[in-house]
Amino acid sequence: MTTDFIHPGFVLIIGALLLPFIMGPLRKPYLILMPIIAFACVLKMQNGTYGVVHFMDWQLTFGRVDALSQVFGYIMTLMCIIGSMYGLHVKDPKEHMAAWLYVGGSLGVIYCADYITLFIFWELMAFSSVFLVWFRKRKQSLPTGFRYLMVHTAGGLILLAGFVLRYKATGALDFNLLDVDHPTLYTYLIMVGFILNAAVPPFHAWLPDAYGEATVSGAVFMCAFTTKTAVYALARGLAGLDILIVLGVIMALYGVVYAVLENDARRLLAYHIISQVGYMVAGVGIGTQMAINGACAHAFAHILYKGLLFMGCGSVLYMTGKSKFSELGGLYKKMPWAFVFTLIGGLSISAFPLFSGFVSKSMIVYAGFEEHLYWAAFLLTLASAGTFLHTGLKVPYFIWFGKNNCSKETWEKAADPPWNMNVAMAVASFLCIFIGSYTPYLYKMLPYQNEAADYALHVYSSYHVSESLQILLFTALGFFLLVKKLAPEPTISIDMDWFYRIGGRGFYWLARKPIQTFDTWFGEVYRTVGLYPLMTTAKFWSWFDWHGIDGVVDGLARTVRGVGTKLRTVQNGRLQYNIYYAVSIVAVLIVAYVFG
Amino acid sequence: MLVKFIDYLRDRLKMVIRLCYVVLGLLVVYDVSFVDKHSVHTMAEKIPGWWAFFGFVACVLIIILSKWYGHVKWFGGKFRIMSPEDYYDN
Repeated sequence: MTTDFIHPGFVLIIGALLLPFIMGPLRKPYLILMPIIAFACVLKMQNGTYGVVHFMDWQLTFGRVDALSQVFGYIMTLMCIIGSMYGLHVKDPKEHMAAWLYVGGSLGVIYCADYITLFIFWELMAFSSVFLVWFRKRKQSLPTGFRYLMVHTAGGLILLAGFVLRYKATGALDFNLLDVDHPTLYTYLIMVGFILNAAVPPFHAWLPDAYGEATVSGAVFMCAFTTKTAVYALARGLAGLDILIVLGVIMALYGVVYAVLENDARRLLAYHIISQVGYMVAGVGIGTQMAINGACAHAFAHILYKGLLFMGCGSVLYMTGKSKFSELGGLYKKMPWAFVFTLIGGLSISAFPLFSGFVSKSMIVYAGFEEHLYWAAFLLTLASAGTFLHTGLKVPYFIWFGKNNCSKETWEKAADPPWNMNVAMAVASFLCIFIGSYTPYLYKMLPYQNEAADYALHVYSSYHVSESLQILLFTALGFFLLVKKLAPEPTISIDMDWFYRIGGRGFYWLARKPIQTFDTWFGEVYRTVGLYPLMTTAKFWSWFDWHGIDGVVDGLARTVRGVGTKLRTVQNGRLQYNIYYAVSIVAVLIVAYVFG
Repeated sequence: MLVKFIDYLRDRLKMVIRLCYVVLGLLVVYDVSFVDKHSVHTMAEKIPGWWAFFGFVACVLIIILSKWYGHVKWFGGKFRIMSPEDYYDN
C-alpha cells in the first residue's frame, strides 16, 4: 500500500486490538484519537485503486477509492468519532472493541472491489456487532443476539451462493455494477444477501429486535452502519434494478405502520430506520444519477440524525433505565437538553427546511417525479408525513411532555446525561443543521456533480419549501387532533420474527423428539453394553485383589462414565450451535464444490 | 432557562394554539398567492393548498389504518399484532 492510502478500516481494527493495552488516563484520549486518525485517512485519500493483493488464483482489492466509496467512508468515520465520544464513559474496553471492529468491517466493505474481500468484512460486521447486543447483559440479550447472528449468517450464505454462482458462470469476482437489465439467479441471490442487511421486508425483523436490545452506545453504532453499508453495496452492484423501487416503497410504509404501534422509543426509531432506508433502496432502484445522488445524500444525512435520535433516547434510557413510552413522560423539566437534541434529530429526519433531511430525502422523491414514477413519489411523500408524526412528534411528546407515566424512582433518576454524551449530541445536532442550511457541504461530495448542482437550484425554491411546510404542519395538526388515539399501550408488536421465534420452537420440538429418543436409547445401550460389564469386571478385580488394583479400575470406570455423560451433552447441544455448525459446513461445501 | 421558556409557553397554551392555527392559515394563503407552480409534474399539485390537504389526510390515514391493523383480531379472534409484552415468554 502506498502512503496515499492507509485503510481507515485497518486503523480501527488494529486500534481495537490494541485497546485493552491502553489503560488509565490514556484510554479516553485514545478512544477519540483512533477514529480521528481513521477520518484523517479518508480525507487524505486520492481517487484510485490501492491495496491489491494476489491470493491463490484471485486478485483481492482492499482500496477502491472513488466518489461513491468516499462519501460513505467520510460519513462512517465521522460517525465513529461521534459514537466513540458518546460512549466515552463506558469502562468496559470490550464494548469499544466490538464497535470499532464493526466499523472496520463496514469500511472494509465500502473500499473493497471484489466479492471475497466484501464477504470477509460483511461477516466481520455481523460477528462483531452481535456483541453490542450481548453486552446489554439482560436475560433476553443472549437469545436476541443469537437470532441476530443466525439471520445474518443465513443472509451471508445467500450472498456467498450468489457470487459463487456468478464466479462459476462468468469467472469474475469483481464487485461492480451487475447486468441489472438481464437479471439471473445469481443477481437475485446477491440482491437478497444485500437487502437482508438493508432490512427490507420480509427480511427486516432482526433490526428492531436487535437494536431495541443493544447497549445504549452500541445502538448508536448499529443504527449507522449495517443498513447503510448495504445501501452502498446496492448502489454499487444493483443500481437500476426495478424491483428495488417497489421494495423501497413498501419498506418506507411498513416502518411507518409499525412505528404507530410501537411502545418502546428505541424500537420505534428502529422501525423508522426501515422506513428511511426504504427511500434509499427506492432511490437505488430508480437508478438515475439524480436518484443515486439522493440515496447517497440521504444515507449521509440519515447516519447523523438517526445517530442523534438514538443518542437522545439512549440518554433517557441511560439515566432512567426506561425506554418505553408507557413508563416515561413529562421529562422536559429534568432532561431539557436531551429534549432539544432529540427534537433536532426529529426535525432533521422529518425533512424540515434548514434541517438535513430536507436537502437529502427530497432528492429521491424529485428523481421519482422526474422519471414519472408518480405512484412511488406520492407514496414516499405519504411516508414522510408518517416520519414527522412519529419521530418528530410522538417521540418527543410522549417522553418529554404528555402524561407523566414515570415511577417515583424513574423521576428521581432523570437528569441530563454526562458531558460526553451531551458533546456528541451537540456535534451531531450542529451537523444536522449545517447540512440542511449550507447545501454545498454535502452536495460537493456526491458522486454526480452536475445533477447535484441542478438540484441545488431547486431545493430551496418557494414551491419545495411551501410543499414541505404544508405537509409537515398539517401532519402536526392531525397529530394533535388524534393524540388520544396515539396514547402509548404496553404491548409488543408481532412481526416477521414470529416465524423463527415460534416456528423455531416447533422445529426445535421436532428435532428434539428423535434426538431425545435416540439419546435415551443410546444411553441405555451404552450402560448395558459398555458400563455394566466394566463395572462387573471392576467388582471381580476388586474381589480378586482388594488392596492392589481397585483404585485403578474404579478410576477407569469413572472415566468411562464421564465420557458417557459428555457424549450425552453433545447430543443435547443447543439448537443455535447445531444450526450454526450446519450453516458453516454448507458454506465450506459450496466453496469446495465450486473451487475444488 | 430552557425549562422556564417551555413553562412560559405552557402557561399560555390557548394563545399558542391560536397562533399555530394562524400560521397554518397563512401558510395556505402563501401557497395560493405567491408560489410558482409552473414546473409541477402532476395536475393535483396545482390545486390550491394541495399539500396541506395531503399532509392532513396522510396523517389521519396512517394513524387510523395502523391502529386498526394492530388491534384487529386475525385468524378467528385468536391473534392480534399488538400482543401482551410476555407473548414470547409463554
